[in-house]
Amino acid sequence: MNTVTDKKPRLTTSAMIASIASEGQRVKAAPFGKALVELAATRPDIVGMTADLAKYTDLHLFGQAYPERFFQMGMAEQLLMAAAGGMAKEGLVPFATTYAVFGTRRAYDFIHQVIAEENLDVKICCALPGLTTGYGPSHQATEDIAMMRGIPGLTIVDPCDALDIEQAVPQIAAHKGPVYMRLLRGNVPLVLDEYDYRFELGKAKLLRDGADVLVISSGFMTMRALEAAQDLAADKVGVAVLHCPTIKPLDEAAIVEAVKYKHRLVVVAENHSVVGGLGEAVASTLLRHRVQPAGFQLAGLPDAFLDAGALPTLHERYGISREALARRIKGWLG
Amino acid sequence: MNQQLQDLAQAAYRIRRYAVRMGEVQGQGYIGQALGWADVLAVAYRHALNLRPDEPEWEGRDRFLLSHGHYAIAFYAALIEAGIIPESELESYGSDDSRLPMSGMAAYTPGMEISGGSLGQGLAIAVGMALALRHKQNPAFVYNSMSDGELDEGSTWEAAMGAAHHRLANLICLVDINNQQADGPSGKVLGFEPLADKWAAFGWHVQRVAGNDLPAVLKAFDAARALTDAKPRVILFDTLMGKGVPFLEQREKNHFIRVDPPEWQQALAILDASNPSAAREGALA
Repeated sequence: MNTVTDKKPRLTTSAMIASIASEGQRVKAAPFGKALVELAATRPDIVGMTADLAKYTDLHLFGQAYPERFFQMGMAEQLLMAAAGGMAKEGLVPFATTYAVFGTRRAYDFIHQVIAEENLDVKICCALPGLTTGYGPSHQATEDIAMMRGIPGLTIVDPCDALDIEQAVPQIAAHKGPVYMRLLRGNVPLVLDEYDYRFELGKAKLLRDGADVLVISSGFMTMRALEAAQDLAADKVGVAVLHCPTIKPLDEAAIVEAVKYKHRLVVVAENHSVVGGLGEAVASTLLRHRVQPAGFQLAGLPDAFLDAGALPTLHERYGISREALARRIKGWLG
Repeated sequence: MNQQLQDLAQAAYRIRRYAVRMGEVQGQGYIGQALGWADVLAVAYRHALNLRPDEPEWEGRDRFLLSHGHYAIAFYAALIEAGIIPESELESYGSDDSRLPMSGMAAYTPGMEISGGSLGQGLAIAVGMALALRHKQNPAFVYNSMSDGELDEGSTWEAAMGAAHHRLANLICLVDINNQQADGPSGKVLGFEPLADKWAAFGWHVQRVAGNDLPAVLKAFDAARALTDAKPRVILFDTLMGKGVPFLEQREKNHFIRVDPPEWQQALAILDASNPSAAREGALA
């Protein structure tokens, strides 16, 4: 109960099952789990594996539908990745899940040497990307994309919403070779169905155009970019949004096309550290193609260990909430 | 000695010989380990493993994973002995564009199931392969060949737990206990004894045998294959680095043993001298 002196209730830590959906937002439940179950009906070679996190990555739905194709490896991420490699060598297509922090940090050598070096058909799907939990740095995968970008031959996907996830699952399964895909789980926002958009592995798509600023974004930051764009439209600021869900290989042609000849600010918005993620990948692309935007800024997470707390608080603090993003863009426009 | 053991002894001799010749080609190599592991490789590749030499990727094959990739020099010798690689290719060991790189690489060499180098990965991969083989109802075995140093890596024990938990009766782990790793004797680096007790506690069927005693090695392989229990099996082989070449056996123990240029031919001469039947038939190159 609030006393007279309390202005607002203190928000509590957003743990593992927090949703990033805002109040009243349209959501779909467990898009990854459901898409995998659907796909598995026509792909008998698909198996599911996890390191004691099936329930928290929506893989439990697959486990319930196909118990004989589900393999629990225990809280042992190196075993998970190496065994996934072993299963792939035997002709199966494993979807291996855990949290992004553990899958990347704890198992890096095994992804690098077992899976990627032999170009194996393993789909590593990891929940809690970037800042989607307030549990603290142990669970906030702020540099997973930077780590994974360093691995040759690895395809990297950062989906925006339930639609992206649903459509990405069959495409990453069809792709021959290892994939790292970030996952949103539980009640996942549904946003991209209102745009003329289909997920296409390897392709960036322009969701809306605008004269003043181009936001290049991935993951749920595309959702935030679209929201900020709507808000900024009220201030007569024209915001274009280029959604870039495949981070490796990067759709350099689309990025260059969107930036070249258009005199506008470019902002890269990502749910990831400003170090080593989409922002630096885009910067490298533009320089190598001799393209200079009117301005270039990064709206990502700071190069720091992030705080624990409630997600709304943290997103505002680190500049990736809808309001903070719009504010930053306006500030950069000067 | 019965005929089978005689044949295996000959195979082990040839494996030792091929390995020493490859060491001479490079002027260096993990020859101590190769000489120590030759008896196990002989039994594996001339007796235990179900293989088709001209079809290294035959789906029904027993898989043999070289987790200790630096044992490639020994492994190639076994592949030559098994007829999977031609003896003529031995001269290319460790050279540019060779199919026989110094550290095992899956894409380079027929019969090389995994890429080595980063130790402690093979057993975990083997768990995945064993799970998949059972899922596909393929009766083949998966053998994981590993060094005692790899017992230090946590991933080995994650895999050991996983194999027992999943009751992988098609998984056989072979551990080379030569008690020597990069920084010195294993007991001084990171002691792993009592080792048989550890594996048993992890739920494995365990055998510990003298790894250079061919009859004992043969018996252990057969017992591991024949066991009907729904559990994985491990054979701990106590071996001697440099076995078969006394001046290397006695050399100061070193993970990467020193061999001076004229010593390669001396080693070959010693191997030949202790194998009278080969000498009778006319020495190999």
